Amino acid sequence: MLVAPLLLFVLFSFIVPIASMLFRSVENGIVQDTLPLTVEALQNWDETTGELPDEAVYDAFVRDMIVAIDNKTHTRLGSRLNYEETGMSSMFRRSGRKLGKMDPETDGPFKDQVIEIHDGWGDPNTWAVIKTHSPAVTNGYFLNAVDMRRTPEGAQSQPEDKQILIKLFGRTLFMSLVITGSCILLAYPVSYLLANLPMRVSNLLMILVLLPFWTSLLVRTSAWKVMLQQQGVINETLVWLGLVADDARLVIINNQIGTIVAMTHILLPFMILPMYSVMQTIPPTYTRAAKSMGATNWTTFWRIYFPQSIPGIGAGSILVFILAIGYYITPEIVGGTKGVFISNRIAYHISSSLNWGLAAALGTILLAVVMLLYWCYDKIVGIDNVKLG
Amino acid sequence: MAALTPISRKPLSMVLPTVAAAGGFLGMFVGAGQGSAFLGILIGAALMAGLAWVYITILDNERVARWITILGLGVIGLFFAGFTGMIVGLLAGWFFAFFIFWLYEGRYRQRLLPYLTGQQVFGHYFFRVICGAIFVFLITPILVVLPLSFNAQDFFTFTPEMLRLDPEGYSLKHYRDFFTNNEWQRSFKNSLIIAPIATVISVTLGTLAAIGLSQSHVPGRRAIMGILISPMIVPLIISATGMFFFYSDIGRFLEGTLGMDKNFVGYIKVVLAHAVLGIPFVIITVTATLVGFDQSLTRAAANMGAGPVRTFFKIQMPLILPGVISGGLFAFITSFDEVVVVLFVGSASQKTLPWQMFTGLREQISPTILAVATILVVISIALLATVELLRRRSERLRGLSPA
Repeated sequence: MLVAPLLLFVLFSFIVPIASMLFRSVENGIVQDTLPLTVEALQNWDETTGELPDEAVYDAFVRDMIVAIDNKTHTRLGSRLNYEETGMSSMFRRSGRKLGKMDPETDGPFKDQVIEIHDGWGDPNTWAVIKTHSPAVTNGYFLNAVDMRRTPEGAQSQPEDKQILIKLFGRTLFMSLVITGSCILLAYPVSYLLANLPMRVSNLLMILVLLPFWTSLLVRTSAWKVMLQQQGVINETLVWLGLVADDARLVIINNQIGTIVAMTHILLPFMILPMYSVMQTIPPTYTRAAKSMGATNWTTFWRIYFPQSIPGIGAGSILVFILAIGYYITPEIVGGTKGVFISNRIAYHISSSLNWGLAAALGTILLAVVMLLYWCYDKIVGIDNVKLG
Repeated sequence: MAALTPISRKPLSMVLPTVAAAGGFLGMFVGAGQGSAFLGILIGAALMAGLAWVYITILDNERVARWITILGLGVIGLFFAGFTGMIVGLLAGWFFAFFIFWLYEGRYRQRLLPYLTGQQVFGHYFFRVICGAIFVFLITPILVVLPLSFNAQDFFTFTPEMLRLDPEGYSLKHYRDFFTNNEWQRSFKNSLIIAPIATVISVTLGTLAAIGLSQSHVPGRRAIMGILISPMIVPLIISATGMFFFYSDIGRFLEGTLGMDKNFVGYIKVVLAHAVLGIPFVIITVTATLVGFDQSLTRAAANMGAGPVRTFFKIQMPLILPGVISGGLFAFITSFDEVVVVLFVGSASQKTLPWQMFTGLREQISPTILAVATILVVISIALLATVELLRRRSERLRGLSPA
């Protein structure tokens, strides 16, 4: 089979990575691997009583920690638990050295000694967090991704000041919709013009559409950065023309307007091309027939032309929306803090906060949305009919 | 296009107000620049309407009128805003001379259907103006970057020297910086290493698979197609996240267990990731070319004793070559342009040109980026021209082969 090598290649280097991301979003072996005895001992402890666990847990904890400190895995566990409860990371790091010097056979009982090392071990909440996040498969990351958290009493919403992700999802959807809408508004007249001009002229004008399409994404993004700045081309021109006072320059970068303008420009060709190819197939005789039967301009357009152009609008919109919802580069550069998308948050968790599980969970949710849209696209247009250029 | 409608001269009552409105519109900008927009509107409207009246009723000589307007407005522009003003003035003069007679002689109806009402004619031209504005929106960002990359200052805007077209305001120093700076050169070199290799991989595998898929008896064709195209549909950030987890494991395995060089492993990871991203483009373009391919040609070749390999290279390959090349160009530009995946998968020694631009835009913004951008625009124009030529050639070839 000629298809086999490529299929294997794509499966290996694309599908498997995506699957590994899905796996990451629920995988949580670290607590069990690092503190196996403690987790087992904690099973007998009832966290709802509000009392500290008994000596057996502390004993198991010291034994686990000595192994973990030898392997230097205790700091990693600390940063893992820090995502759930701030302060855990420093607690593990600071207790590490003193716990490592203990000898589990001779130094017991440990309960008071451990609490002596760090107050945090005397807080029932600490143990509750460890117990809650001990299962190897967790929905904790997904709960975090929708601004909730895993607690002993089940899923609860995050405190007010930590609820940002739902808002970010909402903003991503809203801005993608606005971008799609403005793409439709701008692309429709242009595609209509291109489809109705004589071939030679429309081929020439098509260059104006294809040139941005072929130009590097970063070139266009940097062009928008140059144009939108406070001292940028647009503001300078407006000031020179006297339409805007020098001290009241428009703020059109590092906010939502900047992202919307730049992304509309970048995604516009993806809307024009499918619309154009649909409009080309609409026979001009239909509109002439309608007019000759006495329809007004508006009726002709609305009742005859527009319904036939809807497949083009649908195809273009879904394409633009899919592309917009996962955009990273442009919002990162012209979006500032107010115009960023969920993808910027994913990148932040991957490269800065290193909360990979949460990044994977966010990615999984985004992927699910895109797959749903892709399925719609397949139903409406069919993936075989995707055309380029 | 030949004239559709016989034209006739229009009454002054229509021409003068329209010209006055256009003059007022231009005057508004000039006036705003000089201090008073309102006065600008009045003067502009009066001046243009007056000119139109004089030309039509007294002068009645189009060529003379044109030169008077062009030179007159040029001088006014020179007087107000120097050299640039003169150029704006000359262009405005050319436009108004054309516009007045275009209206007066009724030329604007020449190419339209004779039965259109005045409103429809207005709507027609209004629509064109809107489309023109959208085209300007599409192309301006690219056109702005080109002159700015020759800026002699380290600014991201037009300096007064540049606006006066003073040679002092222009220089090649950003280009010099690009060609001498180590950072930029290294990233450029990395891009030139990674993109071609990734392209070769995706073109080879992609073409084979497209040919396989075009045969009629492939089970699960739709599902396979869906999987092969998915790298294009899945948002880059998600592909990058997945690859980040996966390739770091692979990398550790290659380095730790097989003892490969760290740098080399880095290149392998990035090349593989980019090859996957390029595959959908190859599949789509090659499949599109294969739609018109006449399978009886291969049967005829086999009939005459050619083996499958020989048939492929002698018969099939030359016919689908345009599709393969344009798919390859798409794959190349995908890799050459890609930043998210390389940002996640690669390490600092695999820094590519887009990555360098990205950090440049985010942190220490330097005008060298604009020089790089200009070079990339030139490259993309070349690629666009190639693809377009290939498309035409492919259509011609297919037109020749029996349908």
